[in-house]
Amino acid sequence: MPDIYLDNNATTKVDPAVVDVMIPFFLEQYGNPSSIHKFADGVAKALKKARGQVQELIGAEHDSEIIFTSCGTESDSTAILSAIKAQPNRKEIITTTVEHAAILNLCENLEKEGYTIHRLPVDKCGRLNLEAYKKMLSDQVAIVSVMWANNETGTIFPVVEMAEMAHEAGVMFHTDAVQAVGKIPMMLQDTKIDMLSLSGHKLHAPKGIGVLYLRRGTRYRPLLRGGHQERGRRAGTENTASIVGLGRACELALEHMEYENVQVKAMRDRLERGIIEQIPNSFITGDLNNRLPNTTDIAFEYIEGEAILMLLNKAGIAASSGSACTSGSLEPSHVMRAMQIPYTAAHGTIRFSFSRYNTMSEVDEVLKVMPDIVAVLRKLSPYWDSVTNEPVANPEAAFTPTFK
Amino acid sequence: MWDYSDKVKEHFFTPKNAGAVVDANAVGEVGSISCGDALRLTLKVNPETEVIEESGFQTFGCGSAIASSSVLTEIIKGMTLDEALKVTNQDIANQLDGLPPEKMHCSVMGREALQAAVANYRGEEWKDDHEEGALICKCFAIDAVMIEEMIWANKLRTVEDVTNFTKAGGGCAACHEDIEAILEKVLAEKGEKFDPSAAPIEKVEVEKVKTPLTNLQRIKKIEEVLNSLRPQLMADGGDVELVEVIDNTAYVNMTGACNGCQMSAMTIAGIQQRIMEVLGEFIRVIPASEMKKLVNIAH
Ligand SMILES: Cc1ncc(COP(=O)(O)O)c(C=O)c1O
Ligand code: FES
Repeated sequence: MPDIYLDNNATTKVDPAVVDVMIPFFLEQYGNPSSIHKFADGVAKALKKARGQVQELIGAEHDSEIIFTSCGTESDSTAILSAIKAQPNRKEIITTTVEHAAILNLCENLEKEGYTIHRLPVDKCGRLNLEAYKKMLSDQVAIVSVMWANNETGTIFPVVEMAEMAHEAGVMFHTDAVQAVGKIPMMLQDTKIDMLSLSGHKLHAPKGIGVLYLRRGTRYRPLLRGGHQERGRRAGTENTASIVGLGRACELALEHMEYENVQVKAMRDRLERGIIEQIPNSFITGDLNNRLPNTTDIAFEYIEGEAILMLLNKAGIAASSGSACTSGSLEPSHVMRAMQIPYTAAHGTIRFSFSRYNTMSEVDEVLKVMPDIVAVLRKLSPYWDSVTNEPVANPEAAFTPTFK
Repeated sequence: MWDYSDKVKEHFFTPKNAGAVVDANAVGEVGSISCGDALRLTLKVNPETEVIEESGFQTFGCGSAIASSSVLTEIIKGMTLDEALKVTNQDIANQLDGLPPEKMHCSVMGREALQAAVANYRGEEWKDDHEEGALICKCFAIDAVMIEEMIWANKLRTVEDVTNFTKAGGGCAACHEDIEAILEKVLAEKGEKFDPSAAPIEKVEVEKVKTPLTNLQRIKKIEEVLNSLRPQLMADGGDVELVEVIDNTAYVNMTGACNGCQMSAMTIAGIQQRIMEVLGEFIRVIPASEMKKLVNIAH
């Protein structure tokens, strides 16, 4: 059995069809798109085509609303820094507690510079309270930034509705859609979303290419000033090969949209159902009714995530964990803490994320090994009674260290 | 993922001595489920010879926590308790052919569980004395608590000072932003302002200007501070008593409401800060109940 890749929310394999369209831009048409000679022939046209392919996938009204950047993180930073620079009198930002580090750490830094950051909490299922959100909106707010889908749990936020509310209050709205683009359909021209970030490597394009969607008419200040590339909105010679690759990847994503939401979802559903049925004291985190079709995040109580990943890896299965230990901190992931997942489980969450390259037989393979992996680690755990195969009665009390 | 050595992987995938020793007569437990790692060490000690005949572990934690537990049980088997107490966390890490800096705390946990188990066998109470902060400098595995203590103790003012005293920041320099943040915080607590361009302090000068206190002077001054704090403690129904001063460590007994209450750790930290302010040198304040343990290790 070849290795099984179930870590597609971290990054994806580049589709071979994407690689194919990229290669000429390394070896033949490597000219600078701004140049006037045969090596640059057709490069500008290829960029325009790619811009159109991205536009199509996200349903933008104009292709000039697509700005190519170097990654999702750059798009996120550009959006927020642009909004505060363009509106220097507005000193507040609204976001959520469960954003990606690309937003969270930027906001934390702005907080030090004197900005007020409102972080919307989530409930135990990872959902936002729109009433609370409404109360935060005011003419002091420079921008709202809310992720479209969460990278750990796949939970989808009602960004279309939230953008309407922001618009009514006269506040700019940005969404980090890095996990959502290509997995769920969207039609930005029918929304009030002003800015959106996406990243190529989450949808079978290469790493190091991203897009900032900027609605026509939205006030904007570039992050990088210099050449006239991207109409002066993002200077720097274009990453032509990757842009062309991203365009093709967007086209493929659109073609596979139904497959993603039917077949890929079926694999995900089968995996999580199988695990929950076979393994006691395990549960799915996030909003089960509002999730990306490819993501499941499962908490295994009384064991630790990194240890699970190491055993999975040995069995040839790649997944990832919100566990603290994988990042080197002692705290479980901020998403698990925000959802108030109990400590007994928060350290043992595993995210399986699928793509169209996965198969049902891979799901069966994971279901075959998962119960043993959990059992082996629980046998080592001081909180688990292997004889009765359940947690020791009152685990916190049974284990009484002299210090905590 | 982590760059674990083959030894770590070996002990993780095929752990030695997993599970509790039946009829163990020494048990050491450290960590908690909320911290993300917890270890219970069970030993069977020969009462005549004090030799560890059997050892077993139960661990909730990551790969290196399990590997550290496993290798520890192998190291100490056949040792006497006194020999086992000399095992350091570095020994555990060495036996595993090293651990990533972020994971060194796993080996520390192993050593602590061992100390706790020996204390348990000897009928003593064991308390943890080390505090661990967020890892700041990955090049030299220095955490925030260590840096803060050194800033306090040596009146450090710049990143360069911190590097000179702790090594933190002396490698790739990626941690300088974090070190500046700590400096800003600690200096603010001392009522000073962080100035990145301040001249680095000169070690020699500091030593020259400040003749160190004799132990007797130190004890007297500590007593004075405790006396000044006493009314406040008594108002809360507690009291504090100085038991011993060894080098820069003051052992105190917390009594009444302070003893064992949730706040006692905070109270001790507050006392420590006051003493440091008055004495102008780094002093560690530790509950007297931990004295024995430290003496044990010393021999
Ligand atoms: C929600 C979210 N935002 C932003 C990013 C960052 O994207 P990039 O790696 O392209 O900078 C990621 C990727 O991990 C993500 O999941
Ligand atoms: S991380 Fe501190 S010097 Fe490299």
